[in-house]
Amino acid sequence: MKIVFEKTNGLTEVPMRYCPGCGHGVAHRLVAEVMEELGVTKRTVAVVPVGCSVFMDEYVNCDGIQGAHGRGPAIATGIKRSKPETVVISYQGDGDLASIGMAETIHSASRSENITIIFINNAIYGMTGGQMAPTTILGMRTTTSPAGRRAEINGFPIPMCELLSSLEGASYLARAALDKPAHIIRAKKYIKKAFETQIKGKGFSMVELLSPCPTDWGMTPKDAVERIRQEMIPRYPLGVFRDWEAEEKAKKEEKAAV
Amino acid sequence: MPSKGKIEVDIVRCKGCELCILACPQDVLALSDTFSASGYYPAYMKNPENCTGCALCAIACPDVAITVWKEERKGDLING
Ligand SMILES: Cc1ncc(C[n+]2csc(CCOP(=O)(O)OP(=O)(O)O)c2C)c(N)n1
Ligand code: SF4
Ligand code: SF4
Ligand code: SF4
Repeated sequence: MKIVFEKTNGLTEVPMRYCPGCGHGVAHRLVAEVMEELGVTKRTVAVVPVGCSVFMDEYVNCDGIQGAHGRGPAIATGIKRSKPETVVISYQGDGDLASIGMAETIHSASRSENITIIFINNAIYGMTGGQMAPTTILGMRTTTSPAGRRAEINGFPIPMCELLSSLEGASYLARAALDKPAHIIRAKKYIKKAFETQIKGKGFSMVELLSPCPTDWGMTPKDAVERIRQEMIPRYPLGVFRDWEAEEKAKKEEKAAV
Repeated sequence: MPSKGKIEVDIVRCKGCELCILACPQDVLALSDTFSASGYYPAYMKNPENCTGCALCAIACPDVAITVWKEERKGDLING
């Protein structure tokens, strides 16, 4: 028999210290496999966030730098502009990307900065004990919305792919879920396309991953992936929101038609 | 005939989350009733004869604890 699946060399031998069933592990694997498949591991720099994934650089075999909370896109901008040959990713949670770091997120997209953001949307602040995030869905109980998030008091959840898709500079935007193998396989395709967007110099790319946080959701890992299916995907539909390649093709066809 | 496969769980990495069990279409996997040095009940092959080497368990595993082997046939993909 031959091996059809094994741990990629894009990951180190260090076992990940996430909770059982945490989506960060799947996201790390997908990023690591894409780096290996594109042969860019040694020239990739991961800007890792404040949040549960703060030690990501111990688990992936590329270079790493730890940013201040929410500032990943600004740091990634600096690295990419001064060393354009590097592949730069900013890995961020939803507290990091959509709350304290919202300005950096929006402006790096509007500048079409040639970086790739991997955005883990687990609808909660994981590391600090499960507070409400900008992405917490209505009705979801968190430590700061114990009766469930209510629009009248807490506002509505922010769909980041939809929000950024109106910006000219957003070259590639896609959302996938990490709840089941079919969706995880799709997530990897999106991540690969985002890396290729950057390698081809096409500008800003972001892949949003709906990701389980069983611990702060107060659920078993099985119930947590079920929640993604039942509650998150209906609010955060999966798919590609912007794709420079499809848009270039459509423009060409339009020209050819006149 | 479905192809034959087998898996191996790295019990240092496995955290007993059961997501591989949920993903397996062949009811191959279960959690052990003795815990590992890491303090979890790791997954193991309860029904090894059913395994087709489809790797869905490994794709679902958040801790990259599973290695999958499959009988050689043409056109198989590695890591999905
Ligand atoms: C400037 C600053 N403000 C606040 C914090 C506290 N803090 C640490 S992690 C975190 C939120 C993490 O949530 P998220 O970004 O969603 O990532 P997750 O842990 O869920 O992966 C906060 C507010 C901090 N470390 N630095
Ligand atoms: S608290 Fe949530 S996001 Fe953080 S490691 Fe645990 S499951 Fe993962
Ligand atoms: S999915 Fe991975 S970590 Fe979870 S029980 Fe199965 S082998 Fe262990
Ligand atoms: S390879 Fe497929 S059949 Fe075998 S244990 Fe994994 S999911 Fe089940």
